[in-house]
Amino acid sequence: MAELVIDALVENLDKVQDFVHNSIADLNCPKKFIFQLDLVVEEIFVNIAEYAYTPNVGSAKILLDVDVDSKNISMTFIDSGFEYNPLERNDPDINLALEERQIGGLGIFLTKNFVDDISYRYVDGQNILQIKKSVTN
Amino acid sequence: MEIRKNLAGESLTVEIIGRLDATTAPQLEKDLSGALGGVKNLTLDFKALEYIASAGLRVLLVFQKRMKKQGKMTIKNVSEEVKEVLEMTGFINFLHIEE
Repeated sequence: MAELVIDALVENLDKVQDFVHNSIADLNCPKKFIFQLDLVVEEIFVNIAEYAYTPNVGSAKILLDVDVDSKNISMTFIDSGFEYNPLERNDPDINLALEERQIGGLGIFLTKNFVDDISYRYVDGQNILQIKKSVTN
Repeated sequence: MEIRKNLAGESLTVEIIGRLDATTAPQLEKDLSGALGGVKNLTLDFKALEYIASAGLRVLLVFQKRMKKQGKMTIKNVSEEVKEVLEMTGFINFLHIEE
């Protein structure tokens, strides 16, 4: 189990991605898988950075577990900011015309599409968002 | 991320090299916003674009809306991974992708 505790700031995104890439380096993941995992990690981390502690700065804890045999990756994002369940957000209407399209909600929508499993719970003042993704997908 | 611009008359081609994420998307928005005066054809070349997230999609939406008023925006050399994101979000419906 790899663990990273870092200030939840957008400018720390590269450090978060480096942590993820180093943690899964031995799996030889295909390019497409890494693209999708990067996107999932970015959307979740940036969401914490932009909203969890506004207007203050807090920390995010990221746990990453790799099952080498089954090639399953499990990641948990924990923050102590405002209680917020991103899974309750309505999906954006992707069929709207250009003029009506809003950008909100696209990140979590893509995240849900690019993982095999995602769950949220709020325990002891902490938002805990867990995702699972299999390398074969 | 690196941005390479080439202006020929009213046509501007912009090559986006690297990653279009939450840390680099504001840079693209700022850089391009000031370069679109008098431009009727904007081409975004994604040949060397490695990655895009929702922050990058937001910038595409901003420029597609603007270029629709003053001309046309075309995106070329879209990778399979980026195209999947554009399809999944429905952006493929209003963006002009050059095959």
